[in-house]
Amino acid sequence: MSKSLLGKTISELQNILEKKEASATEIAQAHLKHIEDTEKKIAAFNTITADLALKQAKATDDKIAKKEPLLPLSGIPLAVKDNICLDGYPTTCSSKMLENFSPPYQATVTQRLSAAGATIIGKTNLDEFAMGSSTENSAFKITRNPWNTERVPGGSSGGSAASTASGTSVISLGSDTGGSIRQPASFCGIVGMKPTYGTVSRFGLVAFSSSLDQIGSFARSVKDVAITLDVMGGHDPLDATSYNQKLPGFASELEKPIKGLRIGLIKELIGVGIDDDVRDAVLKAVETYKALGAQIKEISMPNLRHALPVYYLICTADASTNLARFDGVRYGHRAAGVEDLLSMYFKTRQEGFGPEVKRRIMLGTYALSSGYYDAYYKKAQKVRRIIKNDFDEQFKELDLLLTPTSPSVAFAVGSKTEDPLSMYLSDIATIPANLAGIPGISIPCGRGKDNLPIGLQLLGPALKDAVVLQAAYAFEQATEFHKQLAEVVTHA
Amino acid sequence: MNYETVIGLEVHAQLKTKSKIFCGCPTDFGASPNEQVCPICLGMPGMLPVLNSKVVEFGVRCGIALNCKIAKHTKFDRKNYFYPDLPKAYQISQLDQPICQQGYLNIGERRVGITRAHLEEDAGKLVHAGAAGLHGSDYSLVDFNRSGIPLLEIVSEPDLRSPEEARQYLTELRNILRYLDVCDGNLEEGSFRCDANVSIREQGSDKLGTKVEIKNMNSFRAVQRAIQSEIDRQTEAVKKGERIVQETRLWNEASQSTFPMRSKEEAHDYRYLPEPDLVPLELDPAWIKQIESTMPELPDARRQRYMADAGLSFDDAYVLVETKELSDFYDQTLKLGANPKGAANLLLGATIAYLKEAKKTISETSLTAKNLKEIVDNLTSGLLNNTTAKQILTDILSGSKIVDVNELIKSKGLAQVSDEGEIAKIVDEVLEKNPSQLADYRSGKTKLRQFFFGETMKATKGKANPQVINKLLDEKLGPATTNVQ
Repeated sequence: MSKSLLGKTISELQNILEKKEASATEIAQAHLKHIEDTEKKIAAFNTITADLALKQAKATDDKIAKKEPLLPLSGIPLAVKDNICLDGYPTTCSSKMLENFSPPYQATVTQRLSAAGATIIGKTNLDEFAMGSSTENSAFKITRNPWNTERVPGGSSGGSAASTASGTSVISLGSDTGGSIRQPASFCGIVGMKPTYGTVSRFGLVAFSSSLDQIGSFARSVKDVAITLDVMGGHDPLDATSYNQKLPGFASELEKPIKGLRIGLIKELIGVGIDDDVRDAVLKAVETYKALGAQIKEISMPNLRHALPVYYLICTADASTNLARFDGVRYGHRAAGVEDLLSMYFKTRQEGFGPEVKRRIMLGTYALSSGYYDAYYKKAQKVRRIIKNDFDEQFKELDLLLTPTSPSVAFAVGSKTEDPLSMYLSDIATIPANLAGIPGISIPCGRGKDNLPIGLQLLGPALKDAVVLQAAYAFEQATEFHKQLAEVVTHA
Repeated sequence: MNYETVIGLEVHAQLKTKSKIFCGCPTDFGASPNEQVCPICLGMPGMLPVLNSKVVEFGVRCGIALNCKIAKHTKFDRKNYFYPDLPKAYQISQLDQPICQQGYLNIGERRVGITRAHLEEDAGKLVHAGAAGLHGSDYSLVDFNRSGIPLLEIVSEPDLRSPEEARQYLTELRNILRYLDVCDGNLEEGSFRCDANVSIREQGSDKLGTKVEIKNMNSFRAVQRAIQSEIDRQTEAVKKGERIVQETRLWNEASQSTFPMRSKEEAHDYRYLPEPDLVPLELDPAWIKQIESTMPELPDARRQRYMADAGLSFDDAYVLVETKELSDFYDQTLKLGANPKGAANLLLGATIAYLKEAKKTISETSLTAKNLKEIVDNLTSGLLNNTTAKQILTDILSGSKIVDVNELIKSKGLAQVSDEGEIAKIVDEVLEKNPSQLADYRSGKTKLRQFFFGETMKATKGKANPQVINKLLDEKLGPATTNVQ
């Protein structure tokens, strides 16, 4: 029984529930059992919330027993990145600083997804405070790529991506500040979307870089990502930066034809620095789109070469202030044996934060310091504006832009940890969308070296998330890549 | 050489909105420690600020009252520094686009410039065990009730020239905020806090000297004394040829002097950056117009009205307006049609004296505007004289029940007696009882007329109409040689 419940989509599972072939509790149990079987290998989870999952599943079963209609996510196993607050459960950000921290409040997304019937099965590993591209910066564990456990799952939402790709969850939540959903989706061969900045509430997301952070989801199909966005998106009065307008129904509009869609291929992101296997797969995808009736145009966005430095000035500056609250006074880690206030601050932060977090706090503090602000932070904001304008300009003529999600397939564990700059470069294609606040999605588009998944990235204008999803869906329907599951699922 | 003092003041006024600036917590004073807190004002991970629109409205209201330009575009910034009372380790404030700029405030004939007024959140409060401050204490506790209370920081131009002017400025500013009903203006409770920037320069120079910031002044008197003490210190130093160091000094109430703050505590680089969790604010001119149209009458306008319409002197108008409650009460009395001068006299004299003595505000007494109007009316009609009017007024002020003035006059038998026959009998008795004084009077000691007047008044318990007594004494003693009463 349990085997047949793994690797399913939302609609497949809801069919099973409707036909009473299995209960929500059985679905939850099957996934919890699968975690037990695979966790040693994959290490996707910081916390397994079995009690909550079974409670939520039972609530769904009770509703089914009372013949109440299914909710959009009734009985669907959901994994939550461990920087998103789940009331009463640890929210560690994979940091020693918050190792024993459980928030007494709920993030808007976990509240909305729970209310829509989801079964929350656990909190997933990430690069500490979402800073990293491989999930190796976690203070607790190194998550492995389900396709090849010698490889990283990508990051920072590596735990969520690995969980959904290995079948321990149907959907999972990530946060994307510079590619932290799309890059791990690409590495793990699944779908991952960063919606337009402001469409999903950040309330309850532990902030890394407030103007770049965006919650989004992973799934093994575009439709499941759309359904999840339908549930969790929309205005939230608790987040002043959330869009105050009604969103379209993303799942219901998926099948809109894409014939005539104008897609731009960004020259700078398909040339030098992009691995051959990745380029080949992406160019094949371009042919698929042509076959689907889209018009492809190669375009140039030379200012994108500034995206990486601009990003690392803004996100580190934001991080230096966002992470200042972890001072040992009210919650989280506090160093023992301190002499005075200053030594409490120093020792607490020295012990609580890992090296990458410290590096970024120091970089950001420097960029904001008196005398440097104009040269760094302010200039970075100006260039950010230029990049945003460049996208606006492109989208006057084009509906979407197409790039590889990552320059390479999943790299080996430990191969880049000593070289932060090379690690930063793996986000070169994803960062621009965060700077511009536009939606982006990564979908599987082939296999590269060592049979590892390759991701295709589609970018759209702000608030045109529906178009991004439609194009992704059309590609998915025309190809078989999304149907290929990692052995850890198929051999469960 | 003569020196001129240059003073600029920074006031932090707590805006009395019902809830805090970025969350829904109540703002009441006096709650138990950490009773009025939530994850947002505690700076918990994942929490976001949402701006309370009432705070913006109050800020605009203040800006209009202080003749400021109200910003069309305004935004918030993060001011970063570590301190245990600052939960996020940054304060959300406004750096380069304050909500109000370039205003002024009049003190008497002087115009004092307001550089800017900006919105920000208050921090929590530290309580130290075993020492006066964090340094040297055994431990310190934090109360976050105050964290997130909205503040308006009002910065004056360096236009003030003496401690007395500084006091006048603060008094007027506080009064304006109270008239706007946006701030309690209570220095002891910390709802109105003041820091002073003080420097001295050669008389006639237009160059500013090195300024010293003074903090920790908890009353207007402390502000005056601290500034004076700083002026003295700087003057002495300059006379000795020393250079003034730019620094922050704390006023010490016990020693009545300022001392430098530990330099470690003030060595801040605030690393400001625009607050990314709040969107920049566009203030709709129509909305500002609407606020403008609902502005209350402010102290200056009210004083002018009292002088022009009620014929009060500047001093009387000033005292009446100084307390909004008393002034509102006076206005109610005027609305009922009371004689303006008569009502002002009773308020400025007996009423203020009583309130001071009893440490009460007028609303804490049983006196109504109708009461006051009726007392004034009875004075005019002659049913009461000054003595009995004051007695009735004091009776009502100190009583615990709302009463009717006419009934009180009746029940206390305080109605003025004007009946000539009745008073004549008493005058006769007085003259009869005091034959020697009468003889002295008749032999030329005319000053004794006052004695007979007083005795007659005493015998009637103050109720006799003085004019009638005078008339009768004239008749019975012969023409008055001195003007009595």
